[in-house]
Amino acid sequence: MSKREQLKDDYLENRLIRRRLVLAAVFTVLLLCLVIGRLYVLQVVEHEYFSTLSDSNRVRIKALPPTRGLIFDRNGIVMADNLPAYRLEIVREQVSDLDLLLQQLQQYVDVSDQDLKRFHQSLKRRRPFESIPLRLNLDDAEVARLAVNLHQFEGVEINARLTRNYPNGAHAVHALGYVGRIDERDLGKVSEVDYAGTTHIGKLGLEKFYEKELHGEVGIQQVEVNARGRTLRVLSETPPVQGNNLYLTIDSRLQKIAEEAFADQSGAAVAIDPNNGEILALVSMPIFDPNLFVNGISFDNYHALRDSHRRPLFNRALSGQYPPGSTTKPFFGLLGLESAVMQAKQRVFCIGYYKLPNEERRYRDWKKEGHGHMDLNDAIIQSCDVYFYDLAYRVGIDRMSEFMGKFGFGVKTGVDSTGERNGIMPSREWKRGHDGMPWFPGETLITGIGQGALLVTPLQLANSTAAFARRGIRYQPHLVKSIEMIPDYRQIDTPSRIVGRYELQREANWQHVHDAMVDVVHGLRGTAKGISRGMQYRAAGKTGTAQVFEIAQDEEYKEDEVIEKLRDHALFISYAPAANPRIAVAVIVENGGHGSSVAAPIARKIMDAYLLEKS
Amino acid sequence: MNQSLDSDTLSYTRRIMDALRLDPVLLALLLVLATFGCLVLYSATGADSASVLRQVTRIVVALLLLVAVANVPLRVIRKFSIWLYLGGVAMLIAVMFFGEIGKGAQRWLNLGFIRFQPSEILKLAVPMIVAAYLANRVLPVGWRELLVSALLVAVPVLLIARQPDLGTAILVGSAGFFVLFLAGVQWRVMIILGVIMSMMAPLLWKFALHDYQRTRILTLLDPESDPLGSGYHIIQSKIAIGSGGVYGKGWLNGTQSQLDFIPERTTDFIFSVFGEEFGFFGSVVLLLIYLAIIFRGLYIAAHSTENFGRLLAGALSLTFFVYLFVNTGMVAGMLPVVGVPLPLVSYGGTSMVTLMVGFGLIMSIRSAKRFLV
Repeated sequence: MSKREQLKDDYLENRLIRRRLVLAAVFTVLLLCLVIGRLYVLQVVEHEYFSTLSDSNRVRIKALPPTRGLIFDRNGIVMADNLPAYRLEIVREQVSDLDLLLQQLQQYVDVSDQDLKRFHQSLKRRRPFESIPLRLNLDDAEVARLAVNLHQFEGVEINARLTRNYPNGAHAVHALGYVGRIDERDLGKVSEVDYAGTTHIGKLGLEKFYEKELHGEVGIQQVEVNARGRTLRVLSETPPVQGNNLYLTIDSRLQKIAEEAFADQSGAAVAIDPNNGEILALVSMPIFDPNLFVNGISFDNYHALRDSHRRPLFNRALSGQYPPGSTTKPFFGLLGLESAVMQAKQRVFCIGYYKLPNEERRYRDWKKEGHGHMDLNDAIIQSCDVYFYDLAYRVGIDRMSEFMGKFGFGVKTGVDSTGERNGIMPSREWKRGHDGMPWFPGETLITGIGQGALLVTPLQLANSTAAFARRGIRYQPHLVKSIEMIPDYRQIDTPSRIVGRYELQREANWQHVHDAMVDVVHGLRGTAKGISRGMQYRAAGKTGTAQVFEIAQDEEYKEDEVIEKLRDHALFISYAPAANPRIAVAVIVENGGHGSSVAAPIARKIMDAYLLEKS
Repeated sequence: MNQSLDSDTLSYTRRIMDALRLDPVLLALLLVLATFGCLVLYSATGADSASVLRQVTRIVVALLLLVAVANVPLRVIRKFSIWLYLGGVAMLIAVMFFGEIGKGAQRWLNLGFIRFQPSEILKLAVPMIVAAYLANRVLPVGWRELLVSALLVAVPVLLIARQPDLGTAILVGSAGFFVLFLAGVQWRVMIILGVIMSMMAPLLWKFALHDYQRTRILTLLDPESDPLGSGYHIIQSKIAIGSGGVYGKGWLNGTQSQLDFIPERTTDFIFSVFGEEFGFFGSVVLLLIYLAIIFRGLYIAAHSTENFGRLLAGALSLTFFVYLFVNTGMVAGMLPVVGVPLPLVSYGGTSMVTLMVGFGLIMSIRSAKRFLV
């Protein structure tokens, strides 16, 4: 180092740097001459050419929006298509006084504040020669009025564009979702090029999840326009490519029967094929007409839907989280046997309540006077709480949450739609993270009968039931059976994915619980024996009743509703045929009272429709 | 010097300049340029005085920073280089993990009270650290120095290119390269590096570039291929500049600009507005002002008394030229569209501050010699 230091010669070094600086300066000048030369070519040599282009900048590039892909049910029944609808569109650069024009147009058509706001938003994003929609979905009278007066308005066009339509109205709305007009929130998420000319985008559900598939590819048209901007002829065109079509796993007929079975009750029902995870029906009641949202829902309509105390916009099947109540008993019963804590024939004496050692608190059975001696079979058939308090106490929360996790409790199913919630399978870690408190033994008991912190979504519950039916094999539930690729109409099937596998210690353990579930439906004392009358197949099932102990704080107190709201939720899970399950169902009827009388009949209707029609 | 000026006034101005340690020539040129910038901006925004006012505020703030930096002694700046560099690289890594995403790239770091792009810091920190490192070594640099310097440059450049921000990566990379160039890297070394780079180009094309960056380069070759996307920028920008002719359409009269044909016309594409309204003549004048600024910087570099100042002032001036060349080349359709603003003219505060601080460094270098002699 010091040796090199001695060699340092500031004079020489300065000369070196200066030489390089001069060199760099020469380079700078040369490169700048290059730029100036380029400008000379553009501005002096080719000036006329560009000047002409600029003056008569009359070659316009138009984006041709693609037609959105169609949605069919599993049997090819149309669930979503596109219909031509008339739109009022304005080309900015042809309008001299925009404010005046907007004012004049309002004499012929209604333009809401929302329309205006959207119009001004897209005005900023779009180029001045693009047509920007002011009003969608004009009715015939409006089209007629405008058409007669169109000659007064420069830059105003009436165009027929294909718009999303849901031919069955409210049917299956929570499975499909809907499209709506692109707004500010969507802007960052999509490419401006791909969506040039596109006005609608999937907002919810399948329409949103499969937006990429459904949208298609934008087309480009080069047109020559006259001085006023009217199109004279098309110079060249790359046609748009329609979006891909979706074939759902949903059976529209089954879905319809399920929706009707609810009558005017709120709730959810999900039916799954346990052999591949295909969702056959996904119902959340009440339903609403998604067509309202396509062209911008009116203020009144929206408020009516949003503020309805029955919350039709809420997708209960995916986003509703309910205490599963006694529908967890088959799972916990299986856990009792598998962990060798209980024997199938071992009996627990039910006196109507259960007490932890050294604790005064009584954990009540739903049957005040008690069930008497109960083995596993009896406890499931009659839904005895005390048996499961005892089981839970012996197994402990750690094994419970691990086991239930394997059946999908507390984890998202990963369904191909939007808005799915987790549910909650409580554990010690969960409790610590949730409120920083340790786990209390009493909570284990409450969890053991499917109450307390334990929450499931109807989809989750249906999928766990399907996994139970398949003795521990859990598929990822999905709504799309196959995608039909445009333009070559190739069908790409959604693969069935196994996402969880519970290995049984003994097949006999599962058989015990399964038999008990069959007896729930077909046995003399079964809680759901009411639905077995006239049944042409054998089904396994379990009823449930979930307590509703609180009203959300921000809700108003309305006497007539509160009484209904405080009523218990009715639940029922089932799969059939018992010997070789082809359908698993979970039904939840909000404030329906007992699962046996309200939820089970709905499940029966769904299973009948699926199994009897098919065979 | 202008003899007609009152000699008292002249010396008075000069005394203020000296007291503030400012270079009057450079400062005057920068002010002329900024004024030009505000005029074009007024036209490009469609006569929106509020935007222009915001820009003026930014210029004033940036100038204050320039004065502040010009008054920091050069040896302090030199000692500070390493910390600025390390801090900058640390923040780049932080951006990778906690950065905010805007327009598809992860460039922003939010410190709660302020949101900024750490890559801007590196535009100054890289030439500073390389200059500081080479200043004490024997020049021309040997292999060892070359390797260390290359590493100092490569780390932040790769981090920035990953964000992805190709424009800034080019600026930071060339700033580092210029220091090495001035420090006398042998020609054969540069040729070898050049050959290696061109051999790696196909690999970079395949693996390092994002789809949109590839599209931009392809679009340059055939703008018609993507008329709705980036090709549109180039087509419309060329029409605007070309239709300007020799003397331009006049201030506020550019039809292409005023009718919204030019995208990003207040930021990266502001030069096409200028070209349309002021023509070939105006454009050449503008370029000459830039050239004068660059030459003044190189002059100060040549007259600095120590290597750190020579290398740093030279590299900063040449980087300023890269800004200019990449931006005008892109707007005139010679280079692919990369996000490099027209220095001191484009709307926006980030690059304005970095550039002015850079000129503050140059002024500090200029005054340093006086106090050393």
